[in-house]
Amino acid sequence: MTKLATTAEQKPSPLEEPLRWYRTMCRIRRFDETIDELFAEGKVHGTTHLYIGEEAVATGVMATLLSGDVITSTHRGHGHNIALGGDIKAMMAELLGRTTGYCHGLGGSMHMADQTLGNLGANGIVAGGLPIAVGAGLGFQLRHQPHIVVAFAGDGALNEGAFHEAANLAAIWKLPVVFVVENNQYGMSGSVKDMFAIGHLAERAVGYGIPGVMVDGNDVFSVWEAATKATQNARDGQGPSLIEAVTYRYKGHSKSDANRYRTREEIQQWRQQDPIDHLREYLLEHDVSVEDLDHIRREEMQAVAQALQFAESSPWPTVDILEDAVYAKEETSYA
Amino acid sequence: MPEMTYGAAVRSAMEWEMERDSRVFIMGEDIGVYGGAFGVTMGMVDHFGKERVRDTPIAEEGIVGAGIGAALVGMRPIVEVQFSDFIMNAMDQVVNQAAKIHFMFGGRMSVPLVIRGPAGAGTGAAAQHSQSLESWFHHVPGLKVVMPAFPADARGLLLSAIRDPNPVLFFEHKLLYKIKGEVTESDEGLPLGHGLIRRYGRHATVVAYSLMVHRVLEAALRLEQKGWDVEVIDLRSLVPMDIPLILESVKRTGRLAICHEAVGRGGVGGEIAARVMESEAFDYLISPLLRITGLNTPVPYSPPLEQAFAPSVDRIEQSLEGWLTQEVSLT
Ligand SMILES: Cc1ncc(C[n+]2csc(CCOP(=O)(O)OP(=O)(O)O)c2C)c(N)n1
Ligand SMILES: [Mg+2]
Repeated sequence: MTKLATTAEQKPSPLEEPLRWYRTMCRIRRFDETIDELFAEGKVHGTTHLYIGEEAVATGVMATLLSGDVITSTHRGHGHNIALGGDIKAMMAELLGRTTGYCHGLGGSMHMADQTLGNLGANGIVAGGLPIAVGAGLGFQLRHQPHIVVAFAGDGALNEGAFHEAANLAAIWKLPVVFVVENNQYGMSGSVKDMFAIGHLAERAVGYGIPGVMVDGNDVFSVWEAATKATQNARDGQGPSLIEAVTYRYKGHSKSDANRYRTREEIQQWRQQDPIDHLREYLLEHDVSVEDLDHIRREEMQAVAQALQFAESSPWPTVDILEDAVYAKEETSYA
Repeated sequence: MPEMTYGAAVRSAMEWEMERDSRVFIMGEDIGVYGGAFGVTMGMVDHFGKERVRDTPIAEEGIVGAGIGAALVGMRPIVEVQFSDFIMNAMDQVVNQAAKIHFMFGGRMSVPLVIRGPAGAGTGAAAQHSQSLESWFHHVPGLKVVMPAFPADARGLLLSAIRDPNPVLFFEHKLLYKIKGEVTESDEGLPLGHGLIRRYGRHATVVAYSLMVHRVLEAALRLEQKGWDVEVIDLRSLVPMDIPLILESVKRTGRLAICHEAVGRGGVGGEIAARVMESEAFDYLISPLLRITGLNTPVPYSPPLEQAFAPSVDRIEQSLEGWLTQEVSLT
């Protein structure tokens, strides 16, 4: 495989924003690497889905969102919440099941989401968030609000009925929804080659009468460029669209994956197109120093280490919290 | 008799039927090379090939419906749903289609379909991957519901489920997959609807199924040390349910407790209680009945909360002891 060169025509200027992206991507990676280590050491129960290798997608997309916009996330949602600016302490504490976690330990890895930043929820159900995203778009439209919705989905989610119903609803009502499909080549083990009869997932958009584009999901600039257009169109009242971001997950689907469905070589090849390395090279070419970049990376490693410390020293929840946890006493709304 | 795990016993039943009957095939998400999320179908694709051990897209409504259609034209499909929670994505096909077809068309069609998958809490999989929803299916005429607790039952009941001309929901508790037991690899299926007294006792009848059978048996052992002699019934299948066995036992013991992991409200326990109240066994009851169930909440993630959700051996023991003692002082 050839080395990635960005094909995006536009570039954000100056370097401030790409530097911020670099920081975000380092943070996502270190956060999920740490979780990987915690599982390997048997320190966490349950399961988790790591975003390692896919950092450019969330980072590039979130860079186009404005205050008041919302997203729906997936089971592989840590990166989405971090790229939104989520608090990694509250995330780590949630993973460790502590009271200081986003959900006070009720939710775990698949449910960490910061609603105050517009995250309407990560989801344990594949495609479960997509109709919800449509409803959020409908709410904005009905109230004449300028906000938009980004609905994240994996490739596998595109074969669920919920996706088809959501895409059609968004299309016929011209809702401000951008479907971002993270095509990491596999569901759990099911390859997109076997599970789709179309070549590119972006082609799905045609059937709903909405625009669909395919971008290199490991090139944050390409993701950012496509998301800029799609979100702008949604803001302008031109309705929904779909972005297929082509990427790859390095780690197993979840903690119990022996990778029997793919080869080591394939994983190695994709690792050579690493999204963080790619951005790093760009920044180096634009006269950012190695020292500065290493400094950013170290800061993020420290931040994650601190988050872990915070989580580990946080108290466990007690059963009495369950009593009041099931029904809401009053309306909560963030948008 | 060979020892095998519960998971291997489930596999053994499927392999047996696939060898015996070319109409039997299995489809589901990641059941091929991956071997299924819990390894139940491990290696099956190597032996039977991709046609009969069929990896599907993530499309529960599609594959359950496809199972129904294949059944209607003479196949004997098994659909593995990766976590039984995801049967919710296929509810129309299960409840409005599979359960109704035989009845609605005046008996002109039947749906010999098995939908099987893991249920239950205890693995830290949180609210959307840990439920015990059997009472929903128990409520729907036309569906059968099987929940074995031991490897031998898993094999024998699955054989019968595959051979049954009706749609059968077959729930495997995640925490049972690795338990071991003796299993005969014979062609003999165990009939659906027959419970089993796992332990005889004279002070009370405790009805349970699936994982809770093990916990109740352990609690019964502890209570034995304290002078309480508890009878334990393993229902094995919920539809059909072995009501005569329960009534016969309650008439002997005079007390009825029911233990299941599913949330108490609207659970199968209420139905069992009502059936006893409606019967002649009512006159033999010497105490109010007792339900020991999952809490009326979604399954929480954090370990201390998740442990509190499902009845533990401690909780079962304490509940039973309190209940038994209270009644003794009353009579
Ligand atoms: C309705 C439903 N079916 C199946 C699953 C089990 N499951 C969780 S993630 C996953 C694969 C999802 O693939 P994809 O949408 O491509 O997302 P990725 O994991 O690759 O990010 C599966 C099958 C689920 N959580 N929900
Ligand atoms: Mg995928």
